[in-house]
Amino acid sequence: MTAARSDPGGASDLLAASSAAVQPGLSPMRLRLRRFRRHLPAVVSLAVLILLGLAALAAPLIERWMGLDATAVDLFARALPPSARHPLGTDELGRDLLLRLLYGGRVSLAVGLAAALFAALIGTGLGLLAGYYGGWFDSAVMRLADTVIALPLLPLLIVLAAVDLSKLGLPPELATSEEVSLYRIVGLIALVGWTVTARLVRGAVLSLKRREYVLAAEALGARPARVMWVHLLPNAVSPIVVAATLSVGNVILLESVLSFLGLGIQPPVPSWGNMLTGAQETIWSAPWLAIWPGLLIFVTVIAFNFLGDGLQDALDPKAEAERAS
Amino acid sequence: MVRFLLQRLTGVGLVLVVMSILVYGLIGLMPGDPIDLMISADPNLTAADAERLRAVYGLDRPLHERYLAWLGGALQGDFGYSRLFGRPVLETLLPRLANTLMLMGLAFALALLIALPLGVLAARRPQSLTDGTVNLFAFAGISLPPFWLAILLILLFAVTLGWLPAGGMGDGTLAGTLSHLVLPALALTLASVGGYVRYLRASLMEALRQDYVRTARAKGLSDTRVVYGHALRNAMIPVVTVIALDFGTLFGGALITETMFGWLGMGKTIYDAIMGNDYNLALVGLLLATGTVLLANLLADLCYAWLDPRIRLE
Repeated sequence: MTAARSDPGGASDLLAASSAAVQPGLSPMRLRLRRFRRHLPAVVSLAVLILLGLAALAAPLIERWMGLDATAVDLFARALPPSARHPLGTDELGRDLLLRLLYGGRVSLAVGLAAALFAALIGTGLGLLAGYYGGWFDSAVMRLADTVIALPLLPLLIVLAAVDLSKLGLPPELATSEEVSLYRIVGLIALVGWTVTARLVRGAVLSLKRREYVLAAEALGARPARVMWVHLLPNAVSPIVVAATLSVGNVILLESVLSFLGLGIQPPVPSWGNMLTGAQETIWSAPWLAIWPGLLIFVTVIAFNFLGDGLQDALDPKAEAERAS
Repeated sequence: MVRFLLQRLTGVGLVLVVMSILVYGLIGLMPGDPIDLMISADPNLTAADAERLRAVYGLDRPLHERYLAWLGGALQGDFGYSRLFGRPVLETLLPRLANTLMLMGLAFALALLIALPLGVLAARRPQSLTDGTVNLFAFAGISLPPFWLAILLILLFAVTLGWLPAGGMGDGTLAGTLSHLVLPALALTLASVGGYVRYLRASLMEALRQDYVRTARAKGLSDTRVVYGHALRNAMIPVVTVIALDFGTLFGGALITETMFGWLGMGKTIYDAIMGNDYNLALVGLLLATGTVLLANLLADLCYAWLDPRIRLE
């Protein structure tokens, strides 16, 4: 399965070109777009994600338009059911649930995208170097990746997330600040999330570096950095994009779990995960508080997974050909 | 074979040692210094008393000395005491490891039993309505936040229907234990079945494209014989590896499930230990969990070699 995914872009272009001969006038890019459009779940997912992203971005505007304050605690309006003033009701501190969901979406989406990006960057860098240079560095990186993949990561992440940063010399007010708790969770997830990309990129590089054009570039005196950056990386983009998209969903799940357990994003900053922390206590009296944040996590994660699946079909025509047969 | 086993076991030991060094080093950075906690519990303690206490517990010695002392004890089977339970760590952990293995084993078996027919069904008719439905189900499974799934199950089966207990371990009788095991096992099964279906479907689809399948069809074997007798057996080989690599994830799922349902397993114990500043318990728990997962992995690799005679373990 992985072998099919790591199919280098060079071969896909070749295949795309040969099918272009059947359908004249279509560039490889247009063909990719066409294949993507045929994957209905992916198209729907993309639309849902754009809508969610826009709504989260527009949270301050919606807040002003509703005439409410998302952070205003009102102990006389605790856990109200949905009403005209609060379309989704209020949470256990009387804050408007819809607005908290939108602000929480900003945090969850930003953490998901940022951590997936950093993990992909680390994985791409390590995979490129390991695949190109080989030798002891390659075996060390791959051994490390295999070990990290097999470990029970959640308890380890919980230990790492529980570290008191002020004991590392950070000033206490900084160690508990909102920004640092965001950076910390992004860093932690990137630290364990690079493995899949690294293996895919290494696999692609291993086959690419034997190609004539790479050998030609080397014979012409291109330095290793140039070979990797100009000749290898662009042809390994497809598997990287697919793996990164698929990992966003996992990252959002992981962030929500850690925040739910009280070790990720700290209240009062809302994230979809930490909004569910108190849900088990209010489940008898206000079940809607337990439904909405989880539903949004679910919808977002499944959308990213479908999107990744669609991108794989679009960018990796070999998989497409296999599907058709 | 013996060499392979020795190599792998050394590898497991190495991972455990590296992990124990890492986590032992982190303990000093955790919130809630044990001596500070004692001082806050007894306001009469003076600064001199605190120093004496530090000396008594060996906390005045450098980190590597303390680690070596801990390691020396651990190698002789002395893993220290749990502050939270006031008992030797191992005595606390072993019954809970049994609880976790019960939960994980049941969920794993159930997930495989559900995934096998679904994966076969989907792979036999790619792009059909059945395949689409199974795929949707699998994607939903891997996208569900496990703790939310637990909340939903509690909401449905415990709050609304009142059929099953919302959490806890029961009264120790078999019926009590089983009724408390149903919901957590169901949650963990649903959380892992989606991934298994996807691996199986992909692997079986790949196998069904192979030449030996065409040969089998050409010589007139029935579709069932071709799929189950030829393709599925070969498709299982890569699936065993991926599923084995997923044991760590399965343990993570067990941690969440146990915490949500109050099932007294390893995952919940590690989490409670960290939240309750009982870091010795957390450290040993983490090592025990990691060791178990890695050994399960090794076991799967042995299975792999047994399934595929082409593979020699070296």
